[in-house]
Amino acid sequence: MLGYIAKRLILMLPLLIGITLVSFVVIHLAPGKPTDLATMMNPKASLEAKQRLEELYGLDKPLHIQYWNWLKRLAVLDFGRSFAPDRELVLTKIGRRLPITILINVLSMALIFLAAIPIGIYSATHQNSLFDRGTTVFVFLGFATPTFWLALLLMILFGVNLGWLPISGLKSLQYEQLSSLARFWDRTAHLILPVLLSAFGGLAGMSRYMRSNMLEVVRQDYITTARAKGLSERTVIYKHALRNALMPVITILGLSVPNLIGGSVIFESIFAIPGMGQLFYASVMSRDYPTVMGGLVIGAVLTLGGNLLADVGYALADPRIREARP
Amino acid sequence: MSSIRLSSVLVLFLLLAFLSACEEKTESTAVSAPAPQTDVNVPAYGDAIVDGSIGDASTMLPALASDSSSRDIIGLVFNGLVKYDQDLNLVGDLAESWDISPDGLAITFHLRRGVKWHDGRPFTAQDVMFTYELMIDPKTPTAYAEDFKQVDKAEVIDDFTFRVTYPRAFAPALASWGFSIMPAHLLKGQDVTTTPLSRRPVGTGPYIFKEWQTGQKIVLEDNPEYFEGRPYISRYVYRIIPDLATMFLELKSGGIDRMVLTPIQYERQTHDQEFNKNFKKYRYLAFAYTYLGFNLLDPKFKDQRVRQAIAYALNKEEIIEGVLLGLGRPANGPYKPGHWAYNEKVKPYPYDPDQAKQLLAQAGWRDTDRDGFLDREGRPFEFTIITNQGNKQREMTALIIQQRLEQVGIKVKVRTIEWAAFLKEFIDKKNFEACILGWTIPMDPDLFDVWHSSKTRPGELNFVSYKNEEVDRLIDQGRYTFDQDKRKEAYRRIQELLHEDVPYVFLYVPDALPVVAARFHGIKPAPAGISYNFIKWYVPEPLQKYRLTP
Repeated sequence: MLGYIAKRLILMLPLLIGITLVSFVVIHLAPGKPTDLATMMNPKASLEAKQRLEELYGLDKPLHIQYWNWLKRLAVLDFGRSFAPDRELVLTKIGRRLPITILINVLSMALIFLAAIPIGIYSATHQNSLFDRGTTVFVFLGFATPTFWLALLLMILFGVNLGWLPISGLKSLQYEQLSSLARFWDRTAHLILPVLLSAFGGLAGMSRYMRSNMLEVVRQDYITTARAKGLSERTVIYKHALRNALMPVITILGLSVPNLIGGSVIFESIFAIPGMGQLFYASVMSRDYPTVMGGLVIGAVLTLGGNLLADVGYALADPRIREARP
Repeated sequence: MSSIRLSSVLVLFLLLAFLSACEEKTESTAVSAPAPQTDVNVPAYGDAIVDGSIGDASTMLPALASDSSSRDIIGLVFNGLVKYDQDLNLVGDLAESWDISPDGLAITFHLRRGVKWHDGRPFTAQDVMFTYELMIDPKTPTAYAEDFKQVDKAEVIDDFTFRVTYPRAFAPALASWGFSIMPAHLLKGQDVTTTPLSRRPVGTGPYIFKEWQTGQKIVLEDNPEYFEGRPYISRYVYRIIPDLATMFLELKSGGIDRMVLTPIQYERQTHDQEFNKNFKKYRYLAFAYTYLGFNLLDPKFKDQRVRQAIAYALNKEEIIEGVLLGLGRPANGPYKPGHWAYNEKVKPYPYDPDQAKQLLAQAGWRDTDRDGFLDREGRPFEFTIITNQGNKQREMTALIIQQRLEQVGIKVKVRTIEWAAFLKEFIDKKNFEACILGWTIPMDPDLFDVWHSSKTRPGELNFVSYKNEEVDRLIDQGRYTFDQDKRKEAYRRIQELLHEDVPYVFLYVPDALPVVAARFHGIKPAPAGISYNFIKWYVPEPLQKYRLTP
């Protein structure tokens, strides 16, 4: 096992370099440079000013030189400075937005699991019952409804008409004047709608998956054996069937790791949440290469790491896989 | 089993969150009972205004800022030497007065005395000199150096007198000194790209920077020693809400006090009594116009009659009605009505499809194969209008134009393209037939950058390739003199020529539609808009919403 992990870790490095190379080339394929967007359609900016800016940012050098320079800095974990007018360090910019994105994604994922697993189990054990059919409709409604539309409706209901929840943002304007406990509630209240809506959309996939896994497991011979042995239905379902049905969930968990840092720009715009989605989208639109590459590198590392985690986790959880390896 | 317990804990948790959130809300926004017999028209200090913006500022250093959000904040924290008053006349800001030498080559600014930077140090001519030197420094990554590079010589005569000399009399020069002046004592010797001042600015303006939570809000506080008098509103909060629908909901629930409405919001969603009790809507002509531009290098558009025909074929009122719900005026030149250079005698092309067809026939376009579309030398009259993706108004305008042109036999395709690609691959390379774009109308009427025939290199602004020698001559006449009458003459004639030549079909000037919470008094709409006297807006004592601890 340990040898396997070590081999995977070593292979990650060339993979990572390959990913960065492809990303770098692709993002530069898009027409337009960051300096163009600051100076075009601007009567006050001459062509000479544009050229000066290009030199300052190193954009006049050939592509492979730019890539090599970037890679060299990356080796010492220097992600460089953003091309946006604020010229901040890429790590600062990403670091500012990452926590809130991760928080919302983690909360949303937790909510999905907490809701989807019981729904899946109950739907499987009471197949075609009213509950099963009802929840099927419900989760598919959640999947099909455009989140931004539902978000606005809920904002009008809870924010404008009832006044129960804040409409957008992360904190109230009076945040600084509140006590610690009040601050905690304030932040929570602001997160309720975004997390709920985010979970509502993802509920369908997880619950259906859980349901079909359970259905398959429950039809296995060993479940019949367990029942034949006289174990209570509760033990059969929650101790034996559930464990087997949960195994693919580990894979999903591992593969969801890269999604933790991703945010939907539409979602974040509606809720005025300064997250990674907005940052990444704005960076691509303004051709802010260092920030885009920074985001892609972190995503690549997380994807590769998450894959590894999923594989190892699955091997650990399922003895069949462990035994099969030479 | 355990999941049921868990879910009930969650529900309890949420209920508690609701309840405490409710409580906090009523406590902090409470307004004390109105004092008896207080005149609501008496200006009072206090309260805060919360402004909504779809974008965050990117930097607060005037040299580096190029986006409008940054400039919103910079406008409150810094001053220039001159500014525009409510009737769009240039008046003094940091400069009390100025003299222009008889030959028009030198401007001498007499600066205000007693102005202090927000850190207490005095403002002097050294700061102006420093700003000038910073802007022309090749190491400063600014897009706005051009105006300053025109200066031949800059001198500090004494602490409160600053003189600039130009190689020739240059009218836009005066307006260019409206640029924000930056503090020499804090920036000298610093690298402009990494200075902490771009996140914590220090200026001379009516508001002092307090804090910036990136992506969320910017907070400014009033400057009690501002040279024009202390602003009445004590705090200015700039809230970043990227979605206009969300911003509108925040406005209605009191989360923000001021925003710019879209035509639909203004016309259709804000007529109820409740809204009008709590908010006041304003409407004035914006400083921008939208146009249909022809690539004059394309053989189809070389004939003036064809361009005029297209102008006749379009119904501008219809476009304004459909796209702006009537909230705008037809444009017929590069200036907006009310500006001193505007030529009211130039009448827009009326909607006259018959005249359009006649002109097209004269230019040789006829429907010889009876397919409903005109053709000439065996080729049909068809072209593509491009515009940038994401601008709903321009897309809708293109569709209306497409329909009207079809009626006179011209086939039009509409294409939207992502902004950067649009500029780089299509506009710069002149790889287009017609486009729909807009310009902001600058305060100074100089037309050089957009209309002079020398500005047709890739990346420059005369991308339609307009070349008219008389217009070139008149542009020079207008910019190299300070005599307003001579300038007016030149610009009036240019408008007549542009009207004849139709390099653009000028379409419309939209209305700006700001809305402000009703508790703010002192707002007086004028040609410059409503924000020119922002420091004089106030909230009467009994109506104040945000009680702020000093």
